[in-house]
Amino acid sequence: MLALVPLTLLLASCGSAQDTLNPQGPQAKTIASEFWWMLGGCVFALAVITGLLVLAWVRRGSMGPGREPGERAGWIVIVVFGIGVMVVGLVVLFFVSDVHIMGQTEQPAAGSTKLTVRAIGHQWYWEFDYPGTKHAVTADEMHIPVRTPVLIEAQTTDVIHTVWVPQLNRKIDTIPGQNNEIELYADKVGRYRGQCNQYCGLQHAHMSFYVFADPPAKFEAWLRKQAQPAASPTGELARAGRNVFMTGACSACHTIRGTPAHGTVGPDLTHLASRTTLAGLTIPNRKGYLGGWILDSQHIKPGNQMPDINLDGPQLQALLAYLGGLK
Amino acid sequence: MATVELPARERVERLEQMWQGKPGILGWLTTTDHKKIGLLYFWTTLVFFAAGGAEALTMRTQLAHANNNVVGPATYDELFTMHGVTMIFFFIIPMTTGAFGNYLIPLLIGARDMAFPRMNALSYWIFLTSGLFLYIGFATGNGPNGAWFGFTPLTERAFSPTRAEDFYTLALIFNGISSSLGSANFIVTMFKLRAPGMSFNRMPTFCYAFLAASFGLLFALPVLTADCIYLYLDRIVGTHFFDPAHGGSVLLWQHLFWIFGHPEVYILIVPAFGIATSIIPAMTQRKLVAYPLVAIAELLVVFIGFGVWAHHMYTTGLPTIQVVFFGAATAMVVIPSSIQVFSWCMSMVTGRARFKTPLLFIAGFIWMFVNGGLTGIMFVSIPFDQQVHDTYFVIAHFHYIIFGAAVFPIFGGMYYWFPKVTGKLYLERPGQISFWLIFVGTNLLFFPMYIVGLLGMPRQIYTYPGNMGWTAYNLAETIGGFLTAFGILVCVGNLLVSYLRGLPSGPDPWLGPTLEWATSSPPPEYNFAVIPTVTSAYPNWDPEDREEDVRKLADGVMVLEEGHEQPVVTTADGNFSEVIEMPHSSPWPPTLGLCLGLVFTFLVLEKFFVAGIFGALCLLSLVGWHAKEPQEA
Repeated sequence: MLALVPLTLLLASCGSAQDTLNPQGPQAKTIASEFWWMLGGCVFALAVITGLLVLAWVRRGSMGPGREPGERAGWIVIVVFGIGVMVVGLVVLFFVSDVHIMGQTEQPAAGSTKLTVRAIGHQWYWEFDYPGTKHAVTADEMHIPVRTPVLIEAQTTDVIHTVWVPQLNRKIDTIPGQNNEIELYADKVGRYRGQCNQYCGLQHAHMSFYVFADPPAKFEAWLRKQAQPAASPTGELARAGRNVFMTGACSACHTIRGTPAHGTVGPDLTHLASRTTLAGLTIPNRKGYLGGWILDSQHIKPGNQMPDINLDGPQLQALLAYLGGLK
Repeated sequence: MATVELPARERVERLEQMWQGKPGILGWLTTTDHKKIGLLYFWTTLVFFAAGGAEALTMRTQLAHANNNVVGPATYDELFTMHGVTMIFFFIIPMTTGAFGNYLIPLLIGARDMAFPRMNALSYWIFLTSGLFLYIGFATGNGPNGAWFGFTPLTERAFSPTRAEDFYTLALIFNGISSSLGSANFIVTMFKLRAPGMSFNRMPTFCYAFLAASFGLLFALPVLTADCIYLYLDRIVGTHFFDPAHGGSVLLWQHLFWIFGHPEVYILIVPAFGIATSIIPAMTQRKLVAYPLVAIAELLVVFIGFGVWAHHMYTTGLPTIQVVFFGAATAMVVIPSSIQVFSWCMSMVTGRARFKTPLLFIAGFIWMFVNGGLTGIMFVSIPFDQQVHDTYFVIAHFHYIIFGAAVFPIFGGMYYWFPKVTGKLYLERPGQISFWLIFVGTNLLFFPMYIVGLLGMPRQIYTYPGNMGWTAYNLAETIGGFLTAFGILVCVGNLLVSYLRGLPSGPDPWLGPTLEWATSSPPPEYNFAVIPTVTSAYPNWDPEDREEDVRKLADGVMVLEEGHEQPVVTTADGNFSEVIEMPHSSPWPPTLGLCLGLVFTFLVLEKFFVAGIFGALCLLSLVGWHAKEPQEA
């Protein structure tokens, strides 16, 4: 029991990027505050039971006559606490959470949101589509406007995954053959971490994503840019890199809009250089990491769908120059 | 009856002759003695417990640090799948029902064996071969890796092309046969083989718990079996039960799995409730407070448990009206549990509690169960459940329940019945030390999991980044895991040393209230020289009835020494109805178990013709089995 107190304090002081108790959206805030209320009730109940166990230890060896001393008192405690108090508590909990709070965390009413983002789970990365735009598609990093209700359509191309951004709202599964919806609303500009929460195979551990809540103008600019086809390579090296991409293995699995590369196994790379991370937040999107990823992704994320690519030094440098230009 | 006056001594000798099993290894192979089968279950499940524990410790070692590299993702996925499947299907269920239930239920109800002794042996042999089957898969690199809940489509052939998931589906079907046979056996035994006079309202609460678990298994397992057959067909034959592209449904798997899976959770813990309600009266020398309420509550827990399955599916996008229904049912199932918790506590408060090792484990169990139960109540809140679903918060919750509430009483029960099974006393001080090690260890292991769960750590990830604020908690959990393992070793070591060196315990060291304490320790093969007289729910606390037994033995009443015999009673009132002849040791149960094991082995290899041959051999061994039936008495 005493252990609970420091742990609770420690808990309250923590603020990791995926912390359910450091909520930044209205839904997650409601859930977090409900948790604290429930925790209070639970600490009280556990204290009562701990008290009874201690009382049994204190009174050990003392008993009235016969085999059923204090039977009446026992029945009263069972009926009053075990049934009465529990029923009242449960009924209150049920109505507060499953009628009142659930109304806020459910899928949003049709037409109540300003923007729709389709979150599509793949083994093992997230594809984010922006329906209504001309094919704005990105991976692992979703951008939304701040203080704006956004509808998330959760879908999958393979197995079940879960879209979960704990600081904003509860989670929702992506079920094959089904479209699940949830609302995301960020109170503040910032970067919120999400992670796949349903075991989905070998690299379930590396299927995280960011949600960037941007000021509306910045978001609009970002979205306009994402909807455009890829920038043409400038410079000799980058053009050679495009050649490596189109003639090598890359284009079989990746799409770069505005080029002949139309693969759908891996993420859309049209604006790869505008992202801050790679491979489900496994590594930062910097030249060295990207080069390492291309040559040896099976070491970084064992079992992922991308084979290790055999390139010589000049080919890799050219490819990196090309990809680095995909702003 | 008994017109010929034989001295009591001669009657007992005659009984010994009638009930004697074969000696040596052959005796263990062909035994139908519920006590021997119980011990076989006990040692086998202990080995599986060690395997499941080793898997857990390997995972904890991997997670001790961020970005650790003890095992890779492929191994890690196999480890958590095998850990779950092993602990649930090959440790807790066979340990509680198989070992404790088998050994104790006939003794508790004053019977000489289970209702179907050969079927009882068959349950064991099927259990053993199904466990070997699963671990052969693991050892040959085909360890199931789709998590213990095996969600489709990840477990379909498209995403799991190896034989791993075939081992999973077939092992669960195979193991389910064993549990189903055992459950039917327990139900009939408790309904028909009670000592005359033991009406339903005098049946020990231990039996109510096992009755609830048995009915639960009997209704839940067919659903799991069907689910696994569908998946097997999808994988092998190419049907589309779980394939939405061809009219199947992914969620069908989950519905069926959890229709089995949630009752299963209660099936895991209800026998532990039964163990607790046996230990508490003995260790407090007080009848259980509100016995009728507790008996009903034990049945209700499992009954309501059948109506809560979709609370495992709140995040799948089910319609609101459905999830709210399951939220309400989840709230309801709390009540029978809280009735029992307060009954246990009040029994200890008002009784003369002796805090020996068994009661320490029960007190620890109550604390752990309430801890895990309270966070379970939090899942009445659907939005909160949807927030922490599949995070370590849930892992903490159900390990408090499954380790705290199901395994603590198993340890308590091991100590409590050790004198009965071995005739020796265990060592008290090391016993108490083992309790404190396990209690502190499990709390250090599981409590931080609540916190990392709230901090957003998902379950079933083989590694995690270092900047999430999870590392320190994970390290604490790992230390707790090894501390727990050490405590378990002390416990097992204590029992082994006590078995070899312990002082003689006598028949009734605890002054226990139930009938197993009315016979010698260890009990003779026929359990009771006289079918005991029962006039209350605490028959061993009725000295007049025990004196009556001595008179009956002298008079030859209810001794039944003329054959391998057992009285049968009316189901509800427990009135004497007839005497039946019971089957004796038989070589057929292990034969049938082995043949079935080979059927499943060739099914997994997709050699259907050979599997068919062994199927025919199964039928032949059934013919052999029934060729020699006991004579009507």
